[in-house]
Amino acid sequence: MNAIWIISKRELQSFFDSLIAYIMLVAFLGFSGFFTWLYGQDIFLIGQTSLRGFFSIAYWTLFFFIPALTMRLLAEEKKTGTIELLLTKAVSDREVVLGKFLATLLLICIALVFTIPYVITLSNIGNLDLGATICGYLGLVMMSITYIGIGIYASSITNNQIVAFLLALFIGLFFHIIFDVLAPNFTGWLGEIFVFMSLSTHFESISRGVLDTKDIIYFLSLGAVGILLVELSLAKRNLNS
Amino acid sequence: MDIVIENLTKKYGAQRAVDNISFKVKTGEILGFLGPNGAGKTTTMKMITNYISVGEGEINIGGNSIKKDPDELKKHIGYLPENNPLYHEMPVIDYLEFCASLQGVEKSKIQERIREMVIKCGLNAEKHKKIAELSKGYRQRVGLAQAMIHDPEILILDEPTTGLDPNQIVEIRKLIRDLGKEKTVILSTHILPEVEATCDRILIINRGKIVADGTSETLRAQAQGQEVLKIKIEDAESSEIESALKNLDSVEKVKSLSEKGAFEIESKSGSSSKRAVFESCVKNKWVLTEMIPYETKLEDIFRNLTVN
Repeated sequence: MNAIWIISKRELQSFFDSLIAYIMLVAFLGFSGFFTWLYGQDIFLIGQTSLRGFFSIAYWTLFFFIPALTMRLLAEEKKTGTIELLLTKAVSDREVVLGKFLATLLLICIALVFTIPYVITLSNIGNLDLGATICGYLGLVMMSITYIGIGIYASSITNNQIVAFLLALFIGLFFHIIFDVLAPNFTGWLGEIFVFMSLSTHFESISRGVLDTKDIIYFLSLGAVGILLVELSLAKRNLNS
Repeated sequence: MDIVIENLTKKYGAQRAVDNISFKVKTGEILGFLGPNGAGKTTTMKMITNYISVGEGEINIGGNSIKKDPDELKKHIGYLPENNPLYHEMPVIDYLEFCASLQGVEKSKIQERIREMVIKCGLNAEKHKKIAELSKGYRQRVGLAQAMIHDPEILILDEPTTGLDPNQIVEIRKLIRDLGKEKTVILSTHILPEVEATCDRILIINRGKIVADGTSETLRAQAQGQEVLKIKIEDAESSEIESALKNLDSVEKVKSLSEKGAFEIESKSGSSSKRAVFESCVKNKWVLTEMIPYETKLEDIFRNLTVN
């Protein structure tokens, strides 16, 4: 546990040292703030004290930003060879992966914490449904867990950060939208599988304020599968040098 | 802590990178690992440090199998990988702190250990710089510092002196020798004089197999077989000298060199002709101006064993 924390502290530090964290924070808050308050289906147009608009914007911005954060996590270490240094320290492969996972998740949480003024402002304007808002945030965190899992996996199978980024987007796209689009075209069990696999279905229901363990399990298990796959692809070093 | 390696084999596909090797390194011993490129040195080191899994066979460290509790054993190993990978964006001090805490150094001792390593490895002037800003030699020192930060009982160094200038090489060798008194050190290198200067024992491997194991003296003795002398004698005709030398009991072969009065004498195996040559010079009142025993160089041994 200690080792996980040491690794994620270093990763978080390097997000901030390399400016990635600042760029991500500014872009995330800029986009989501702009569309929540100023443009399109913004709060004043709808005339409701609800953060639904923000959540659906964040649903897209995080989809693009998470691969940008995760792309270097393992690809860079593999390219420079520091992975060898890290894995020969007194840590297990899993601790390394979890440390990197946690660092990314923390950065996302920091970004989300900066949007708390939205909540405070809105609850001053009118009657904000706090339960639904908390669920919305929970949905974003859960979605991040899934995409970080996918992103780290993409980063673990290549030495090239751009490839890792594109691959994470490509895999993510299936969960984000493609399964959702395919689902109505199929009837019976295949359609149901697509509906279940679609991330947006689960996100929608959480952000509407419906807290279902099925949705939570969906997000967490996808994240866990991601981590397991990363461990497998790290273990591949035993087969060829 | 001893390292005992038994019948270690590692296959990559059909190729045997390491082929059934066994050896032992005791505490207080510095083992020089030699071999041409692709001989399996790095693969063996990666297995000892637990970066890649042991194929077949067994690696025991301090009596414990490396397969059983790798994370615990890793705390006792300091490793400097080939090409010395480092996090370039980190300052030296932060990097050492990161390594120390990962290796389980107690929090209260971390600062002290860092200070000690900075002094030992001569990093004082550079300690606040980012690693990316350091020259290759200083990066190598950072690599050594991170390997030793947790005061490990075992040090595995893959080409520790590449990129250092001659002064630094001397310093680092001295450092390794000092460390080797109480620790178990395995170092690999291409630089043959380095092995002689630092190592107690030499292990030469080729194509995954051990081809020689011993001190540099024993390897020489094995490789040499016969004594070869170069001598130079003045105040006499060459032909006269040659026939006199040929008549000595211990001499097997005499070869006249292009230089006037110079000869190369090969002794019969197991005997030395130094005394006999000197005495025959005295008897004939010749002046002996040169007598140089040819030593088999480590380079020659290495070439003999590894050129196929």
